[in-house]
Amino acid sequence: MPTLPVPTFTQVVFVLIAAFTVISGLGVVVARNLFHSALLLAATFFGVAGLYVMLEAEFLAVTQILIYVGAVATLITFAIMLTRGAMHGETNPLNRQWGKAALFAFLFLVGLLGYLGGIPWPAPFQAIQADEGLIARLGEQLVTRYMVSLEVMGLLLMVALVGAILLARDDKP
Amino acid sequence: MVPLNWYLTVAALLFALGLYGALARRNAIAVLMGIELMLNAANLNLVAFWRYGEQVMALTGQVFAILIIALAAAEAAVGLALIIAVYRDRRTVDVEELDLLQG
Amino acid sequence: MAESYLPLLILIVLALGFGAVVLVLPALLGPREINKQKMQPYESGIIPFTSPRRRFPVKYYLVAMLFLVFDVEVIFLYPWAAVLRDMGVFALVAMAPFLLVLVLGFVYELKKGALHWR
Repeated sequence: MPTLPVPTFTQVVFVLIAAFTVISGLGVVVARNLFHSALLLAATFFGVAGLYVMLEAEFLAVTQILIYVGAVATLITFAIMLTRGAMHGETNPLNRQWGKAALFAFLFLVGLLGYLGGIPWPAPFQAIQADEGLIARLGEQLVTRYMVSLEVMGLLLMVALVGAILLARDDKP
Repeated sequence: MVPLNWYLTVAALLFALGLYGALARRNAIAVLMGIELMLNAANLNLVAFWRYGEQVMALTGQVFAILIIALAAAEAAVGLALIIAVYRDRRTVDVEELDLLQG
Repeated sequence: MAESYLPLLILIVLALGFGAVVLVLPALLGPREINKQKMQPYESGIIPFTSPRRRFPVKYYLVAMLFLVFDVEVIFLYPWAAVLRDMGVFALVAMAPFLLVLVLGFVYELKKGALHWR
């Protein structure tokens, strides 16, 4: 190919959403103020939800917003407010192994991207028939093929509920 | 149309950022945020592979992604409860000061 | 398929643009005067009597956490509800242990008094 191919509209939108996601992700790990980190984390979750929409996984996008943005980000914000003052007087958000961590993460990324580039990925994707009803299909899969996963997930949620109450509760009157 | 490896590249970037955040931050809550980023990257990979895979209607990647989202939510609830319990006991959430197990 | 989200994209762009305009215009056009009254945190007209920067009680966190767990439960219920009519009793029975276990957790939480606002 002698010239660069002209990007399609979908590709432009993808690049915008991806850039938004990655830049807010970068903000999460470099922000000095923990509160900013939490808000940027919510932005990252939004970006990932946008990528799910581009992958035609609408239910997952809604799930992502409902659980991550609506609940996990809120929970993290609450935890930050609960432990406020813990890092009082400390301005350095990085621990003493941050250099090694940065090197490791960078080498990991380079290795991963190099590996990605070397594989001929299947290019075309099959169209989804709109009349199939993906969400109903998902429910069917959940109660048939993945029934055990579902029950185990129920157990896990119960244990998490009990454990978190036990840990977080202030038993002093 | 967007090639598959664009999604994989975004996921790899997010994962590396999360890895750095989980390893390099001092505040335990920030470490947890790094872990959440990594889980999101893994999810993005699963959904992308589902979409570009052979059997779209089997929905394997989507089911996995939903399970991982639920898992991440449970992990966040317990992890943050742990951090709050530690904070109540030690008055710190700095991972470098929590070294009781260090010999 | 993804192209059918074009109106949503236009809406997002318009909303962001409107937000930016509303933030930028007053800064350009409005008079600037900073005094003590103006810089006070606004609390519906009541003069704030404590610092907003104090830590707040753990009970808020507990409520948020309970919300999170039942939020996740709803995510599993939604696709199940979409297929319930077609699959009938089988889907109902398959979901029963999941719900039962979570109700157990809920009963524990009630007994522990986690929903009591002390």
